[in-house]
Amino acid sequence: MNIYGILAIYKFEMARTKRTLLQSIVAPVITTSLYFIVFGAAIGSRIQQVEGVSYGAFIVPGLIMLNLLTHSISNASFAIYFPKFVGTVYEMLSAPISTLEVVLGYVGAAATKSILLGLIILITASFFIEMRIAHPFIMLAFVVLTAVSFSLLGFILGIWADNFEKLSVVPMLVITPLVFLGGSFYSTDMLPAFWQSISLLNPVLYLVSGLRWSFYEISEVNVWISLISITAFMLACFSVVVMMFKTGYKLRS
Amino acid sequence: MDYSHIAPLHRAGIVIDLRWLHNFAPMGAVSEPILTVSNLNKTYEGGFQALKAVNLEIAKGEILALLGPNGAGKTTLISTICGIVSPTAGSVRVAGFDIVKDFRRTRSLIGLVPQELTTDSFESVWSTVSFSRGLFGKPPNAAHIEKVLRELSLWDKKDDMIRTLSGGMKRRVLIAKALSHEPSILFLDEPTAGVDVSLRKDMWKIVNDLRASGVTIILTTHYIEEAEEIADRIGVINNGEIILVEEKNNLMQKLGKKQLILELDQALAELPAKLAAYQLELANDGNRLVYTFDNQSNHSGITELLDDLKAAGIVFTDLNTSQSSLEEIFVSLVAESS
Repeated sequence: MNIYGILAIYKFEMARTKRTLLQSIVAPVITTSLYFIVFGAAIGSRIQQVEGVSYGAFIVPGLIMLNLLTHSISNASFAIYFPKFVGTVYEMLSAPISTLEVVLGYVGAAATKSILLGLIILITASFFIEMRIAHPFIMLAFVVLTAVSFSLLGFILGIWADNFEKLSVVPMLVITPLVFLGGSFYSTDMLPAFWQSISLLNPVLYLVSGLRWSFYEISEVNVWISLISITAFMLACFSVVVMMFKTGYKLRS
Repeated sequence: MDYSHIAPLHRAGIVIDLRWLHNFAPMGAVSEPILTVSNLNKTYEGGFQALKAVNLEIAKGEILALLGPNGAGKTTLISTICGIVSPTAGSVRVAGFDIVKDFRRTRSLIGLVPQELTTDSFESVWSTVSFSRGLFGKPPNAAHIEKVLRELSLWDKKDDMIRTLSGGMKRRVLIAKALSHEPSILFLDEPTAGVDVSLRKDMWKIVNDLRASGVTIILTTHYIEEAEEIADRIGVINNGEIILVEEKNNLMQKLGKKQLILELDQALAELPAKLAAYQLELANDGNRLVYTFDNQSNHSGITELLDDLKAAGIVFTDLNTSQSSLEEIFVSLVAESS
């Protein structure tokens, strides 16, 4: 196994984050604080408790999930798209490194960054509201599985995209609406019965619900269904990446 | 190489793979080719056939210059050997290993300097070269990176961001990246394209120094004088086919025409009938006589021609000989194959 190759890619990607510290760390801290000021204090103070949890605390898992999904996708898609765009991808394609090793390097770094971001949001939230984490290990499992799965999805997106527009279309037009409609900031119990059923078709609902269960033991769907779904999604994404490398799709001519 | 001392081990069922030892054969030793391309074909999506049954063997330690017009297939050939382009048919072996089945071994032996100046603009020279070494599976070795950077006159720039460097310096960075993992074979895809004359000469020196250290070099170029200056062998590729591969000196001798040029004392209106047996031409309004002769023949016929000129009363004031350049040979070869 080319351990040095994996480490080289991983370190390179992590170093890129260091150069963009403002964008990577400070921006999400400010955004999270704004969410808590607007939703938690201003609007949240007029909303009753949701299933026994204050509204401010209720939105924390949804907020973490929103950031995990969007940042995992954008981190990983940009990481592979940019070398393709400037041409430096030639080096990776001519190096003695396998698909699994490339994925470990790029997706590992993208997922690490998202997980760190999730923790930063959690710490920031703790300054604004009181919350508890009932099942920290299940929470960690959700965070890691989601970060890895959506980094893999971002990696696929980065290989597929041949312009910057395509790169931003999926996070903007698919992921963000799914997160907002997936019960991040409300409980689906608040919806009419018809829309509750429709919401069950939204895969992000399972993630938000599962993560919220790990905090407050309240969920719309069974937590194990959520865990199995995200694991299956991760394996499906990995299979697609392997196929892309095997066939050289948009990488090797 | 004598492997007889390991025969007992082999009989005992212990197999030792010694093919890698060929990489360390001494310079000048007769060795198996370090690179063998067999019947390599590449057809791109859309049907364009970039390589047509290419066969090529490259010996360890030599410098091969691959000449060819734009779109001839030079970059496709290099990219296929390096793993960037997938072959449609045929095979490539590097130091005895197949580039597909044994991609880890073959790719770790190869360094590639691409044609385009593709660099990570926001990285420092040191970090980008160290990254390449890691990517190719080698443990960190600061001493080696320092040696490479010093040899390429990049040591002073090691902490500079790549985007602040000139085009020539960026080209050196790409060479440093390709050498970071100590490859046995170096591919240089048009290393001096868009580079000024003095830097081009620097580049030639770098190539010669690399060869002296035992690295096999395959370079593509548009500059014929570059091939003439540094290559041991010349390969000419056109329309995806290798037209020829030949020792540079043999090629020049085989295909180069030699001419004897005589500046005449008095202009001639036409050639005397006595000289009709010679391949002569009048030039410069009859003031110059040009004699073309076979470069390979032992008998040039110059002595007889000079005697016959004297007998015919033709006096000349100056004489010189010229041989066709590689450029003329190349142009005529490509024209023929097209």
